[in-house]
Amino acid sequence: MSELLELQDLSVTYRTSEGPVPAVRDVSFTLPAGRSLGVAGESGCGKSTLAAAVLRLLPASATLGGRILLNGEDVLTMKFGRLRAVRWGAASIVFQGALHSLNPVQRVGDQIAEPILVHDRKATTGSARKRVAELLTQVGLPPRLASSYPHQMSGGQKQRVMIAMALACKPQLVIADEPTTALDVMVQAQVLDLLTSLVRELGLGLVIISHDLSVLGTTCDELMVMYAGRVVEHGPAREVLGQPTHPYTRALAAAFPTIGDPSSRFAPSGLPGDPPFPGDLPPGCPFHPRCPSAIEACSQRPVELEQVSPGRTAACLLVEARP
Amino acid sequence: MTEATAGTRYRSPRAIAWARRRASWSSSWGIFRKQRSGIAGVIILAFFIVVALVSPLIWPASDLDVSQATGPILAPPSWAYPLGTDYLGRSVLTLICWGARVSLIVGLAATAISMVIGTLVGIASGHYKGLIGAGLERLTDWFLVIPFLPLAVVLATILGPTLQNVIVVIGITSWPGTARIVRAQTLSVGARPYLERAKALGAGDWHQMRRHVLPNVMPLVLANTTLTVAVAILSETTLAFLGLGPSDKVSWGSILEDVFQNAGISQGAWWWLLPPGLCVVLVVLAFTLVGRALEVVVDPRMRER
Amino acid sequence: MSETEVRESLMAATTSAVPVLEARGLSVRFRGRGGGVANAVDGVDLAIAPGEIVALAGESGCGKTTLARTLLGLVPPAQGEVRFQGKALKSSRRALRAYRRRVQLVLQDPTGSLNPRHTVYEAVAEGLRIHRVRGNEEQLVAEALSRAGLRPPERYFLRYPHELSGGQRQRVVIAGALVLQPEVLVADEPVSSLDASVRGEILALLLKLRDELGLSVLVVTHDLGLAWNIADRLAVMYLGRVVEVGPTEDVLRDPQHPYTRALLSVVPEIDQMEPMVLQGEPPDPTRIPSGCRFHPRCPSAVERCARDPLPVIPVGAGHTAACWFADPERRAFTDS
Repeated sequence: MSELLELQDLSVTYRTSEGPVPAVRDVSFTLPAGRSLGVAGESGCGKSTLAAAVLRLLPASATLGGRILLNGEDVLTMKFGRLRAVRWGAASIVFQGALHSLNPVQRVGDQIAEPILVHDRKATTGSARKRVAELLTQVGLPPRLASSYPHQMSGGQKQRVMIAMALACKPQLVIADEPTTALDVMVQAQVLDLLTSLVRELGLGLVIISHDLSVLGTTCDELMVMYAGRVVEHGPAREVLGQPTHPYTRALAAAFPTIGDPSSRFAPSGLPGDPPFPGDLPPGCPFHPRCPSAIEACSQRPVELEQVSPGRTAACLLVEARP
Repeated sequence: MTEATAGTRYRSPRAIAWARRRASWSSSWGIFRKQRSGIAGVIILAFFIVVALVSPLIWPASDLDVSQATGPILAPPSWAYPLGTDYLGRSVLTLICWGARVSLIVGLAATAISMVIGTLVGIASGHYKGLIGAGLERLTDWFLVIPFLPLAVVLATILGPTLQNVIVVIGITSWPGTARIVRAQTLSVGARPYLERAKALGAGDWHQMRRHVLPNVMPLVLANTTLTVAVAILSETTLAFLGLGPSDKVSWGSILEDVFQNAGISQGAWWWLLPPGLCVVLVVLAFTLVGRALEVVVDPRMRER
Repeated sequence: MSETEVRESLMAATTSAVPVLEARGLSVRFRGRGGGVANAVDGVDLAIAPGEIVALAGESGCGKTTLARTLLGLVPPAQGEVRFQGKALKSSRRALRAYRRRVQLVLQDPTGSLNPRHTVYEAVAEGLRIHRVRGNEEQLVAEALSRAGLRPPERYFLRYPHELSGGQRQRVVIAGALVLQPEVLVADEPVSSLDASVRGEILALLLKLRDELGLSVLVVTHDLGLAWNIADRLAVMYLGRVVEVGPTEDVLRDPQHPYTRALLSVVPEIDQMEPMVLQGEPPDPTRIPSGCRFHPRCPSAVERCARDPLPVIPVGAGHTAACWFADPERRAFTDS
């Protein structure tokens, strides 16, 4: 039985006026149904490109390499008709900046019903309306909200509407791109609770993309950290968060200090410099200019993902590979 | 003083600032150049401007003098008179070239007035909250609502038909359009964080408007100005056609007025009727094309896609 | 001023215990959307001592941003007053202008805070030009940029904001505030729009400025982890009132107010607490609940919470919470 989602050496390169920009390089992972994967990283790491690639939503200037297997079928070689059915029917995305993704002049219920009516030719407005009410209840909103406009709703409510929209056609895979950025910490907790319960109840596969490592660490089963388009660490979420092996993961985890931990009191930890622009990468390990533990070899040899313990991989010369 | 970093020639901040300004102008020109309609507009305009500047040298003003007209009356185009003659025997070509001067001058001068008033009122009404802002906004709306032609007729009648008055009349009837656009842009800029930062730094209203609002508003005004010139020229033509322009100056509108007053159409003098109208159309079209191309330069969102 | 002079004046200031910036009974009202009156800030007493970093935390709509802007003089209060070094802030234009040199603002979005048409030099020099500060402008700008961590400063003079990274832009904004040599910096979510790995540097910069210049900082944030990182004291706001205030370690290790406890429990960086996810969202500031404003969402609310109004937490009381269930020594008022 094949996995729900499997990426095999996915690469995405954008053609720009300044030359090719490799946004994603050789990313591989598998996700079975009923499990959640967190993808962590900052700007320029390629995580949003990765999300869009799964449904082939990238612009024409992007060249893709590798395979994206959704239930065994390669999305990259699908015919357009099959792709249309797959989009939203088998996999859907909750986009970043959801708060601005809703059409301000259309009622929320109509917007949720849109994918239903597009995908199911036998659907009527009546049956669509019933399904919309079902979806709103599923995401914890009162069904009467279907007749409101987006500006009448709060940030948390809008985010739930986006999730309801993503569930409209009963997909098996949901990709949530920064679902909790710009939300208050309490609303964030509500939305994350909702996502975890949906995974449990509906047996969904969930991919959450975020720059907040601790959010992913507590919500997801597995955690994958990306930097400059490459995967630098991958493993069970709690382990990766609790004992990070890659220096970048360690820095990212330290940027969100544990409250109550005296070592981070008056000692904010950050990295010098900025995340690199993917078109302008240094030789060797892309992280070495900012890495506190870099040695000379780091700037000379490219670094591969190696297994460091069963179920955990990391791409760092300083971490011993234990196959 | 500052030390030069190794390997670079020391240039004063002003020199570098100018170099940057030149670089940004040349990149704007590059974008403008890609708009073929804009280039077409520039060529047409350049042609008319050259004609307007050069005509006194080629055809002396005496050619327009009624008492010195020597040509045949209402003669169709011939080698001696490429565009024929009018009802007084003057060469229509000479009239057109001289008329270009008046039309362009009036258009540009009236637009200058309108732009200055419109920008000042627009920025002030967008920036000042409370009575001043609301009052200026109402004033703008009031002027906007008044129909142009009756107002222009009334003003021209009161003030008298001289060139200056025509310029003034057009100027004070066309500023509300600019003012509204400027006001909208001022409101949008005013909501941006860097304006709040300026306030927090202690900037007064004058500093905020001069250093932050005005530079952000000017590109829009520029694009709008070229469109306003087109409207001003049309307005001048209309006023002259109605007989409200100066009687001693020849403009395209006054030529048309003469055609109508002297039954030019029923006499079949198409060479007298067509050229002024065509010139107005071409110049207005040219300004509009340039204006739209400028809008593309100014607004980055209109560029790609 | 040299560093030793700074430290000495700092010690003198702390022992004299006059807060550098203070809110006394402050209330700010706005016209709400439906026509009602929104009490964005509904009675707040807050003091910031010289050289102290105070974090103002809460969810959106709690009034922390409005409070910060009122302390800056950008928003007029409906009631109460703002005091700078013990003296009330007057609302005349001249007084506000002079005040602006002493208390500066750093906004959330560094990209929006800088005029895209102005170079870094112009952005930093703007404050000097507005106040017509005498002295070598270039030198003052270079110093401010250096202090903000952009070295060598000359290299940044002619850059435009879009050529810099997010962290660098925020440093430029901080330099623009420092160039006027203020005594207090009010930072509204200074790092929330920056990349995670860059935050630490900016926070470390704020700490350094406090140590080297004796700058007081009021940080408005929704991130309790940030408060743990750099704040001496923490004030938690809910619906226009401060519900708990005190030294950061005390408030975060031993929260007394149910709202603080709930907020802490859902922060992912906390392991020891059982997550207490509150239902719904904070109500509209035009319809503040009677009695304790938190009672409709409070898991421990009883009848008197809806009935008896709570007074404002006064200044200078150490770790205090506005809740009937707080420890008696930590309660802001006596049981009547």
